[in-house]
Amino acid sequence: MKLHRSSGHLTLAIALLALPFIIDALFGHGWVRIADFALLYIMLALGLNIVVGYAGLLDLGYIAFFAVGAYTYALLGSPQFGLHWPMYVVLPLGALIACGFGVLLGAPTLKLRGDYLAIVTLGFGEIIRIFLNNLNAPVNITNGPQGISAIDPLQIGGFSFGSSYEWLGLRVDDVHLHYYLFLGFTLLVIFVSRRLEDSRIGRAWVAIREDEVAASAMGINTRNIKLLAFAMGATFGGISGGLFAGFQGFVSPESFSLMESIMVLCMVVLGGMGNVGGVVLGGVLLVALPELFRNAAGPVQQMLLGKVVVDPESLRMLMFGLALILVMLWRPAGIWPSTQRRREFDADDSVLHQEQETVYDASK
Amino acid sequence: MTPPSNRLLELTNVGKHFGGVTALADVSLHIHRGDIYGLIGPNGAGKTTLFNVVTGLYQLDSGGFQFAGQSYTRCKPHLLAQAGIARTFQNIRLFANMSALENIMVGRHLRTRTGIWGALTRNAAARAEERATVQRARELLDYVGISAAHQTLAKHLSYGEQRRLEIARALATEPKLLALDEPAAGMNATETVALKALLQKIRASGITILLIEHDVKLIMGLCDRVAVLDYGKKIAEGAPEEVRRDPAVIAAYLGGETTEAPDGTTSHSTKPASGQVAGYRPQAGEGLG
Repeated sequence: MKLHRSSGHLTLAIALLALPFIIDALFGHGWVRIADFALLYIMLALGLNIVVGYAGLLDLGYIAFFAVGAYTYALLGSPQFGLHWPMYVVLPLGALIACGFGVLLGAPTLKLRGDYLAIVTLGFGEIIRIFLNNLNAPVNITNGPQGISAIDPLQIGGFSFGSSYEWLGLRVDDVHLHYYLFLGFTLLVIFVSRRLEDSRIGRAWVAIREDEVAASAMGINTRNIKLLAFAMGATFGGISGGLFAGFQGFVSPESFSLMESIMVLCMVVLGGMGNVGGVVLGGVLLVALPELFRNAAGPVQQMLLGKVVVDPESLRMLMFGLALILVMLWRPAGIWPSTQRRREFDADDSVLHQEQETVYDASK
Repeated sequence: MTPPSNRLLELTNVGKHFGGVTALADVSLHIHRGDIYGLIGPNGAGKTTLFNVVTGLYQLDSGGFQFAGQSYTRCKPHLLAQAGIARTFQNIRLFANMSALENIMVGRHLRTRTGIWGALTRNAAARAEERATVQRARELLDYVGISAAHQTLAKHLSYGEQRRLEIARALATEPKLLALDEPAAGMNATETVALKALLQKIRASGITILLIEHDVKLIMGLCDRVAVLDYGKKIAEGAPEEVRRDPAVIAAYLGGETTEAPDGTTSHSTKPASGQVAGYRPQAGEGLG
């Protein structure tokens, strides 16, 4: 059994290592780049999963932490201020600052839940974006809507992930290198998520999601545990943001719109809230499918109708919405839900009908 | 008077109102260590409000209380749990989608320490603590008599089992005072007898119990002292026998004048010999406590 499992892991590892070259050979460079973005989004979705999936706090402004990480990297590693701090300083710093923002968002919203929390976090996300958009006057910090360009590539010592290398006759390009870097970080984030999930802390998160009043009566410091969820989620967002800035070489406020927050939330919800595997799947699907559709929609129309009737771009969003509705109808707990979430959505077995928290609300 | 040191919980002139409604007015009472203390009263008398005040869910408006020698006026629920007050809820509030075992493991949160670092590295200390948590949770399941259900989701347990699981979860926090809000509600006679035995076992282990209950027979047979609340006021306190004969109590329950109270033959009584108070039975759907 053990041997069986470890051989499974080995196969998976080889597949993950070979993947960029396979994609490259089959679909071309562009798709390796898309795989890189998928990994960034998976990291984001896993971070949001801690907040939404484990602790049950609906956060609609999550992309703000991604923005904080990205701008931290951009400001400290670009000609903007002439600073060119190394990646191993800027990335952790970005994560730390994002973590701070997570606590900053968490602290005033501790008593809110459900829809109210969603509205406040949505506002927070927009505030960050608008700040970035307007911080070019009176003192120019972020360059406003123009964004920051010529950001340093991700590099450690003399090794740059933004260059091409040739090893043993194998040409390894920047997209491949970034893939491996992002894969490493993603695996780290998965590891952290899994370990936290199955621990005293993870149980406290789930307890808060299930019944906050009972959790506090059982001695869980709900304030700290919720802040911890916000901070952990934001940290992952910050790391992902820093990597994004270094990969892209350019950041501007429009990369951090509400649509992005919703996209990440969709990955979590669609894939399977609270389940790491489901969230990863959600990330892959929501990055890959729209791209696939964008590439396919034009030619298919051309073939069937002889001309492109509907712009593939707008058709893409239509199909995306349709897919969302279908998944929610057929698999309301997500494509690959955690066992716990699946139980929650099992309508038949609600023997215990949890009454709404009149106790808490009456105490205000 | 008993020496104050023997008092585990002491309420002094506790008041609580919601808008214009006075839920508790000037309630003073004290609970001795090792006792089972009953709290009874008609619907809406303020029993659950008193519970919520003592467990920190409500902040009181006037007065204060002392627990284990420490004074409290404003306090968070988790700090009171830390101090040693654990509770169950009138409308069971288990973590419905967690297994019975996991529910109790959450109860251990307070008495365990593993933080992020321990969770991530799974070092020796964290692993040992996790093992001890599981071990203790299993013991508690066994203790309340539902060990067969450890993998069952809380929401799939029977009503009586859910009540027991809630008690086990509360015990996992290692309380000095166990506050039970109508633990026998919805139980049949057999289950109630078993519950009584469980409560006696808990008391024998040195834990003080505060009990809200409508089953007066259970209260009378179990409690060392009883307080009666009516409209947020304490109208009687003492040994069960005294309280049962108290005219004010009889009036509160039967709504009549004390002089008119008959001797156990009213239409309210289901069991005349046990006295007027015993004739009271909770109505379905009551909620305010």
